[in-house]
Amino acid sequence: MGLFNDLSANVLKSRVGITGAGILLCLVLVSAFTIIFIPLDTYKQWNNPSSWTLFPKSALPSWVNIFLAKKIPEHQILDNTSTTVQTGDNARKIMQSFETDYAFDYFPSDFIYQYTAKYQGTPVLEFDVTRPDGMTLHLLSYSLPNLKSRTVFSDKVFSTNESIRKNILLASDRFAFSIVSMPVEEVVFSKTDAHEVLKGKYTFVAKISTTDAQSIMDDSKLIIGGKVFGLIGTDEQRRDLAIGLLWGTPLALFIGITVSVVSVVSGLVYGVFAGYKGGKTDESMMRFNDIIYALPALPFLIILAVTISNSIFLMIGFLMIFGWVGIAKVSRSMALQIKNRQFVEASKAMGQKSSKIIFKHIIPQIMPYALASIAISVPAAITTEAGLSFLGLGDPSFPTWGQILHDASKHGAVTRGLWWWVIPPGIMITITGLAFVFVGNSLDTFRIKR
Amino acid sequence: MGLRRYLATRGIILFCVLMTTLLLTIMLVGSNMDVILKKGVSIQVRSEITENRALMGSFKDTKELDQFIQNSIDNRIKALGLDSPWYSPNRIGLSMYKIITLDFGHATFLSSDSGSSKVSDIILEKMPRTVLLFTTATIIISMIGIFLGALAGSRTGSKIDKATSAFAVISGSFPVWWIGMMMIFVFSFTLHLFPARATPLISPSDPGYIPALLYHMALPLITIILIGFGTWAYLVRNFMVNVMQEDFVTVKKTIGVAQRKIVFQSALKNVAPPIITVLALSLSGSLGGAIITEAVFDWPGMGRLYFEAISVMDLPVIIGATYVLTAFFLISIFVSDLLYGYLDPRIKTV
Repeated sequence: MGLFNDLSANVLKSRVGITGAGILLCLVLVSAFTIIFIPLDTYKQWNNPSSWTLFPKSALPSWVNIFLAKKIPEHQILDNTSTTVQTGDNARKIMQSFETDYAFDYFPSDFIYQYTAKYQGTPVLEFDVTRPDGMTLHLLSYSLPNLKSRTVFSDKVFSTNESIRKNILLASDRFAFSIVSMPVEEVVFSKTDAHEVLKGKYTFVAKISTTDAQSIMDDSKLIIGGKVFGLIGTDEQRRDLAIGLLWGTPLALFIGITVSVVSVVSGLVYGVFAGYKGGKTDESMMRFNDIIYALPALPFLIILAVTISNSIFLMIGFLMIFGWVGIAKVSRSMALQIKNRQFVEASKAMGQKSSKIIFKHIIPQIMPYALASIAISVPAAITTEAGLSFLGLGDPSFPTWGQILHDASKHGAVTRGLWWWVIPPGIMITITGLAFVFVGNSLDTFRIKR
Repeated sequence: MGLRRYLATRGIILFCVLMTTLLLTIMLVGSNMDVILKKGVSIQVRSEITENRALMGSFKDTKELDQFIQNSIDNRIKALGLDSPWYSPNRIGLSMYKIITLDFGHATFLSSDSGSSKVSDIILEKMPRTVLLFTTATIIISMIGIFLGALAGSRTGSKIDKATSAFAVISGSFPVWWIGMMMIFVFSFTLHLFPARATPLISPSDPGYIPALLYHMALPLITIILIGFGTWAYLVRNFMVNVMQEDFVTVKKTIGVAQRKIVFQSALKNVAPPIITVLALSLSGSLGGAIITEAVFDWPGMGRLYFEAISVMDLPVIIGATYVLTAFFLISIFVSDLLYGYLDPRIKTV
């Protein structure tokens, strides 16, 4: 293990090496965090639009508000803060309230109440809001559909609902301006004397009155629609981009490291074997190597992805096929030098098997070079996968960074100025690439020094 | 004699590569190709028969007509040799022969701007644009790279040397197509300086087409140069560092020849062979990278043609374009071998 200690000491000695190792450590931690704490379901549901309906469409990241004088409303998905249940002999009232402190300078784009209830009969749903100025607006009275036996029912109430609109119009004398043609949310969140946002605490209360004493309400949410959301924002299909980027990290590391390790190791063994054997074996092995070397890789990867399958595991395999040739050439020439050294000749004279000589004596000598090339060839694998995904040839079931950029370009994110959709994935690709190049370079200087 | 033998082996290997590529491509797309060809034949036969009124009148009912059409299709397929499976040696041999003689047939969906569906016409129309963009870019990149690399290599450890190396490593880590997206964002979305799509809207026959094309070329050109010159400078720098340690440079320094003269006249001349090899290789390498770059900028060249052909599975175009791209790639490898053998006398003695 002395070699590895030397190597890690060397990486940590140079400033570039420390930077690279530091970034790499961060990426590994992010991957571990994602795998442990982010539910696996979020990536399986990545391409399922119905699991993202609560999220806003193309929302900016929420930190942009720091730089803005007028704050853009944040998209809020509220769970109910309190549930009170009053049970009588033959009746039950369930009340759920949602609180939000609205401190933005623009009106929300809408609000949606999503609820799930288990009941029988025909309960009545009432929906009210109490504003910071103490005014209570009655939004909706609605009888839920009649159910003969106790069943689960879920539905959504949208702010564009026609009865909410009529109920609001009943309060038009309380406002100093005409609210007739205004969207509901702009009335609910408005000052009474002028059409401006009224900041402060809003409490939405949903009440279900039923004759069924055993009815239950759960899993209710109030969504106050905004235009900023989360750390990275959302895309056109309402997906939370932060989740996509987080899942992209372990995927990129997996693709990059698997491809480079397998191709470097197989190239190394191939090259050393050819160099050690020499003669006809060497000649024919190197001619085969030349042929693979001259094949145009990208067109082939594209044709393979189109005709065979775009599964991510097959793509990893294809990348390996084109990855080993360069390493094989270099390690062959290194083996040619090493095989004439005395200790190799000595073990040959002692009658050791050639496989033993190759693995025990020659390959350990080339190890520092191999480790450096593993690190240096990781970025190429990641960018090639990202490029193929960007062209739309990637595996759509995995949210890789290239896949996110492909979706972005498909929806014209660049020409529409949706920068938060385009910049972060590219930065992640670049940072990951740089980290490996830094580590690889500091390993390489170690090899040259030796 | 040594040089001739070296070039002969290289030539044979590259020809083998070309044939392997072709064979692999045909094998990969062969079964799909077969289905499409047969469908094409049946459509053709059907329309020929239905257009022939006299023949149509001679049938008693639709059953007889269907029977006749089916027979004609079978005959035509047999006549074209499509009845044997696509992997039979005859069929593969025939299609390889056709491709080698540059007979790519007709495209299934795509057509050239002038309306021809012949694959060779389409490729001939797109090729010059790719060559225009990438050759211009490579020439500019190499000029900047050689100048900067020579400067950095002659003053190792200086600020310019460190900056060049750092820029090379960092710019090499960015995916070109992502930088392309950012450039479109900055220069066409925010600043409105250049068009976002690189395809001119006016028709190619218009006299203003060429200036429009050049204007649309600016953004992809700048992007490719920005990403490419760092690596070049770094390469030239490394060659240069070696040459600057040679005796003749030390001698010139001691007799008082100006540093600039040594670097740009004597030393650069000695770095020429590897630089020219790299130039030839990077020219051909850029053609492969063209697929993604052209897709981002919507540049109407070979790369985008290839991308379009893949998205609609236009197999004759895919095969034709793969062949031409591979051929270009191999020709430039061969030329670089040739130049290397010519410029570096050591190869002749091997």
